[in-house]
Amino acid sequence: MNNLFKRNKYITVSKEPIKKEAQVEKKPSIPGGMWAKCAKCGQTIYKEDLESNNKVCPYCDHHIRMTARERVEFLTDIDTFMEFDRNMKSVNPLGFEGYEEKLGKSVESTGLNEAVVTGKGEILGEEAVICVMDSFFMMGSMGSAVGEKITRAVEKAIDLRLPVIIFTASGGARMQEGIFSLMQMAKTSAALGKLSDAGLLYITVITDPTTGGVTASFATLGDVILAEPGALIGFAGRRTIEQTIKKTLPEDFQTAEFMIKHGFVDKIVHRRDQVKMIKNILAIHRESGRR
Amino acid sequence: MAVVDIKTKKTAWDRLQLVRMIERPTAMDYIDRIFDSFIEFHGDRYFSDDAAVVGGIAMLDGMPVTVIGHQKGRNIKENIKRNFGMPQPDGYRKALRLMKQAEKFNRPVICFVDTKGAHCDEGAEERGQGEAIARNLLEMSKLRTPSISIVIGEGGSGGALALAVTDQVWMLENSIYSILSPEGFAGILWRDGSRAKEAANIMKITAKDLKGFGIIDKIIKEPFGGAHKNVDKVAEEIKKNLISTLDKLNSKPVEELVQSRYEKFRNMGEYSE
Repeated sequence: MNNLFKRNKYITVSKEPIKKEAQVEKKPSIPGGMWAKCAKCGQTIYKEDLESNNKVCPYCDHHIRMTARERVEFLTDIDTFMEFDRNMKSVNPLGFEGYEEKLGKSVESTGLNEAVVTGKGEILGEEAVICVMDSFFMMGSMGSAVGEKITRAVEKAIDLRLPVIIFTASGGARMQEGIFSLMQMAKTSAALGKLSDAGLLYITVITDPTTGGVTASFATLGDVILAEPGALIGFAGRRTIEQTIKKTLPEDFQTAEFMIKHGFVDKIVHRRDQVKMIKNILAIHRESGRR
Repeated sequence: MAVVDIKTKKTAWDRLQLVRMIERPTAMDYIDRIFDSFIEFHGDRYFSDDAAVVGGIAMLDGMPVTVIGHQKGRNIKENIKRNFGMPQPDGYRKALRLMKQAEKFNRPVICFVDTKGAHCDEGAEERGQGEAIARNLLEMSKLRTPSISIVIGEGGSGGALALAVTDQVWMLENSIYSILSPEGFAGILWRDGSRAKEAANIMKITAKDLKGFGIIDKIIKEPFGGAHKNVDKVAEEIKKNLISTLDKLNSKPVEELVQSRYEKFRNMGEYSE
């Protein structure tokens, strides 16, 4: 079905916009002007097509990174999302030089106060607590505020007896907060332990990229773990591993496809199918369905 | 600017060098001195036995306990066997298996933390290093038996935390506990691993720093020059503290124990709203 909407005719239009190629190439995921170039297949895409296709390349199915706000809008039913802790912000517990400036820049460029948006909403009528990380905010790194927002969201879900869905996108723990960031791994995992003991469902949707301390905490603890096609998922960085083993790693190393092959992902779900898939999983787990 | 401890004149970097010395006592050096009749158990029951993690059962002053630790080598040959104390996922799964066994038989769990970090290579990723660590964090947070971990050398990253979500966390005076090795930290933030010394001195990784932050509960004194100068004395000090603290933890109802462990980690973090 989706192929029907491929607008191949755009390939034949004037080459004029392609002059902007070099400029666009630097930021493949934030299309400038009318046209964007897919970072994977190199095709020039009409920006409106990309938006209407939920930021998936119509030619090669490359899933371009979404902002947290875009994803919340894409996922939840209109006017059902109620955000939690919108004003929570990071502080600088180690007095790390330049950290406040870096945070300020991310706040300005993303319009968010931190690298995760949490709240309660409905997905095709199914109610859930939803956390969406934003890789455009300091690479989605987890410091105290991210850890606290996720922990509170999970605790709220226990109070309300709702399932939790977390969309992960993170470079890992936030270095600038040192040991405090490390402890967020324990804190979020402990909260998910409570959620599990309460008999509530936790769905992880791993998106590009998910690495380090987030992989080694809540990203891999889902009762159900979904992943977007091609998403980078791993613990250690590729460069670090290559330096350790002194050889080049295969192209598909640490991708969603690699992880499903090794048994760490339940299902790879194309973005166009995600809302329906999540709704179906939620419906099957709905408590009223129990006998 | 490196912060120099006035009394010992040691920077964080100096301490890091000290705990990385081959003479630094390892987990087994303490286990042999603190416990009676330690019996080592092997394997994760899934894939292998990781020699970077040792574990088993023992008696502590007449009390049955489960003991687990990162194990570095005491010479180059042993270090190769033990992978310098950097575990594979199999090591963490072995540790978790022994912890669940301890829970079943109501034995307190004592962990010795001493690793630069979890090992990274193809096999570690294929077998889910991230998942292995995450699972330990979740399970340890709600383990229904008392637990204490002691950082005896290097406490690096999630690889250290995976043995340290316990009722109490102690550090030897010169040991360090950090989000990442200073080399890795400098590599990520400044793309220059050679600035590790500079990183170590601003990362706030010493026992004193972490006690000040409320991240750890106790600092165990070391003799002048470091733990290797008098291992017996350090082991004795650890043993004394273990006995008295476990007495207290054992007398708590298990629900209360698990809830206060949850709250301990729950309350870590600084933010504004």
